Amino acid sequence: MSVTELTCQEIVELVTEYLEGTLSPLDHERFERHIAMCDGCSTYLDQFRDTIRLTGRLGEDDLPAQARSEFLAAFREWRDGD
Amino acid sequence: MLENWVRDRFPGRTTAGGAIASKHLGRPTEEETGLLEGLRAGDEAAFERLVDLYGALMLRVARIYVGLGVAEEVVQETWLKAFRALGAFEGRSSLKTWLFRILTNTAKDRRAREARSAPFSSLDDGLYERSAAADRFLDPERPGWWSDPPRPWDVPHDSLLAGEARERLIAAIEQLPQAQRTVITLRDIAGWSASETCHALEISESNQRVLLHRARSKVRRALEDYLDEEREG
Repeated sequence: MSVTELTCQEIVELVTEYLEGTLSPLDHERFERHIAMCDGCSTYLDQFRDTIRLTGRLGEDDLPAQARSEFLAAFREWRDGD
Repeated sequence: MLENWVRDRFPGRTTAGGAIASKHLGRPTEEETGLLEGLRAGDEAAFERLVDLYGALMLRVARIYVGLGVAEEVVQETWLKAFRALGAFEGRSSLKTWLFRILTNTAKDRRAREARSAPFSSLDDGLYERSAAADRFLDPERPGWWSDPPRPWDVPHDSLLAGEARERLIAAIEQLPQAQRTVITLRDIAGWSASETCHALEISESNQRVLLHRARSKVRRALEDYLDEEREG
């Protein structure tokens, strides 16, 4: 293991930066080199992506009708009051 | 010690006073400009559109800071502040991030008042946590490499999102520190961009990334724990 290679423990800290595209070109290359040869980290990256995708499917709730009508009432009050 | 560990590996990453992301994202979209005109003219349809766009998310975010009943009041208070400030809104940010900035500040104030405890100070909480437990990298032959690697999830997404896995996912998000929970809610649930999130929460790009990473790491871990239990159970 050469000094410049990233360890698994470092990889798990960098996954979001990797996915956001904010790693330096050198770190990006190191990251991908590591992933290509490490099953554990490659699995970890897959799981991270799965996690993001699954979290993205939680956002489907609706605004309760009562809250909605209270908000509208506030709007009217403001509009008619000023 | 952990701080040093992070600092060594991530030079330049600090929690203190990171500049607010100021890369220009900010002006109202075309639709928002129309909505603003409508609101200023007292057009109810414009307000309804705004409620359709952001009402549910506002309530969700308010709930991160205060209880369910109070969350609605916080959103209500946010609207009132926004109405009053409409005249002064100069269009230096999108209407959306402006609104959520008012919302999160209102929610934090409310929480501080309700709890009579220390005011919300945790926008940099969790910056120095690790992403995976250190005891998973204990191979004496190769320090820093997996000694207990994750096992692939051979489960289709649809079944992962049914039943208990979904509940675990929701519970894991609810247990996050507020700042992490807010960031993951805006980024991964609502699908906001990094810069929108930074603007709304008034945090730097790097803090945003760290909070998001900590949040995702914990949520991944919760799913892993669940799936491992299932496998063994």
